[in-house]
Amino acid sequence: MSKFKTKKTKGSPAINTSSLPDIIFMLLFFFMVTTVMREVTLKVKVKLPQATEVQKLEKKSLVSYIYIGPPTNAALGTESRIQLNDQFARVRDIQEFVAREREARNEADRGLITTSLKVHKETKMGVVTDVKQELRKASAFRINYSTLRGQTASN
Amino acid sequence: MARRATPEINAGSMADIAFLLLIFFLVTTTMDVDSGITRRLPPPIETPEDIKIKERNVLNVLVNKNDRLLVDGKPGDIRTLKDVAKRFMTPVFPDDPNYPETELVNVPGLGDVHISKGVISLKNDRGTSYDMYIRVQNELARAFNELRDELASRRFGLKYNQLTDEEQIKAINEAVPMRISEAEPENIGGN
Repeated sequence: MSKFKTKKTKGSPAINTSSLPDIIFMLLFFFMVTTVMREVTLKVKVKLPQATEVQKLEKKSLVSYIYIGPPTNAALGTESRIQLNDQFARVRDIQEFVAREREARNEADRGLITTSLKVHKETKMGVVTDVKQELRKASAFRINYSTLRGQTASN
Repeated sequence: MARRATPEINAGSMADIAFLLLIFFLVTTTMDVDSGITRRLPPPIETPEDIKIKERNVLNVLVNKNDRLLVDGKPGDIRTLKDVAKRFMTPVFPDDPNYPETELVNVPGLGDVHISKGVISLKNDRGTSYDMYIRVQNELARAFNELRDELASRRFGLKYNQLTDEEQIKAINEAVPMRISEAEPENIGGN
């Protein structure tokens, strides 16, 4: 009888979970470090077009963003507007924006700044052309038309 | 009187707290990499002057405000644009007046190569939709990328984006230059 009893208590020992918090913390720190919080709140609707021949945009610290699209607040109309940083802007504000973006970078990196244009796909090219002309005047020549990777409608 | 030893803090719930934070960061993290079509704008010019390029060396691509294409004076289709651009940019030797001129250039790493002198001129209206513009840009980029792929696999046995040697990439870039010129904007047709 006693022999039978000892056998029963011999079940597999509980797994030691004392190192579980450490593992979770490790993962936590990884995500905390890699997370990039969105710096701007979008005031315009941006639904990017799709393209197949896309290149990755490297060095995110050297990218400045210009958003163009219809305002999310319907009361402001449906005409495409430009958003720089956190507010609506006009075409003539772009040169100053580029200058300020340049000021914020290291002197060595200033020539390498890429301007990423995040433009809503139904925007008319008129405003995009105006922005491009301003960028040329501000000598911000490297631009990137932000697109999603995917199939285009044509194929 | 002996002091009572402080009881050990129960760390059992630490994992739960850490899990909570972990899930928060997992949800807020956006891992998407920005991608897009990279282009270089030309420097501004004060007085636009007519640069004489022979007509046979230019492929005119016009997009109007209704997103219709005009390729070399004829109505075009986005589905055939890539093939038209590719055929246009392929160096033709011996000289054929229907195709752009070629020049023989010594490219380091490739030797003497015939390079097409063709330029694709892209012009859009203010009323063109951005979606269409990107599609046209994409098709033109596809034409150049296919030409580069072909040359790279012929010479190095690898596709263009599989090349790792900087020298080889540079050589291919030189042999197949991406010549897309965007016309100075003009107000045509309005919007």
